[in-house]
Amino acid sequence: MITWFAIALISAAMLVAVVCLAVFLRGRAPNDYSIGGTLLIGLLLVAQIVISTVAPMTGNHAVGDPLEYWMYLITAAVLPFGAALWALVDRRRSAGLVLMMVSLAVAIMTYRMLVIWG
Amino acid sequence: MQATATEPEVGAAARTDVLGRVLIVTYLILAIAATMRAIYQLISKFEEAPLAYALSALSGLVYIVATIALARRRGIWRRIAWAALAFELLGVLAVGILSLVVPEHFAHPSVWSHFGQGYLFIPLVLPVLGMLWLWKERSIQGHQSAGGRS
Repeated sequence: MITWFAIALISAAMLVAVVCLAVFLRGRAPNDYSIGGTLLIGLLLVAQIVISTVAPMTGNHAVGDPLEYWMYLITAAVLPFGAALWALVDRRRSAGLVLMMVSLAVAIMTYRMLVIWG
Repeated sequence: MQATATEPEVGAAARTDVLGRVLIVTYLILAIAATMRAIYQLISKFEEAPLAYALSALSGLVYIVATIALARRRGIWRRIAWAALAFELLGVLAVGILSLVVPEHFAHPSVWSHFGQGYLFIPLVLPVLGMLWLWKERSIQGHQSAGGRS
């Protein structure tokens, strides 16, 4: 795991959560900003999967249990795409809150991954 | 993408609807978290604390059932939702107490140990909120159908 990338990912997820909350509070259904932001988090997590696959080959090994780490990472990577799909199908305003909560969950899970990697 | 702008959200019904959906998504995330953690514990270290980890797996299953039942909550599903939520509340209280009293069997990290401390005490608060919501939603629906008939 690359520390600065993980911190950037956590910051981005928290920023997207704020954007989603703002869109919700303005009384709007999920728009390009909140859905696009969520998809961006999903892409960053895919990048994280690539990084975590390559890192051990360059001598950057996980201190904690790799199985636990990968279960967090795969689950986290699925969440944004699922939520974005939900927001596209369900155009109600409250779908924005779903996006916000998923981004927050990703932020917490990425922090947890950082701890497991050591 | 701005096609659906504001929607008329007036009255308590709309507010409980938004709250309910937040609740369902929280349950969904907790269900995924608890289940994945239980699968990991069963694969890697079941022998360390069979009882605690079996309970961990059970809690994951109950969260999945609660999520589905809350999302449907019509007819029999409403009763299943009540039962699942009550079971969760009892579970988090029982395992919470046991993890303090007999830590050698129950202190292993799971959703319910130490009253859900590892999950910001969300497992302790969520079933209560869920039951309040089920109760409130039914009373609102009751008012609406009564108003419709008169």
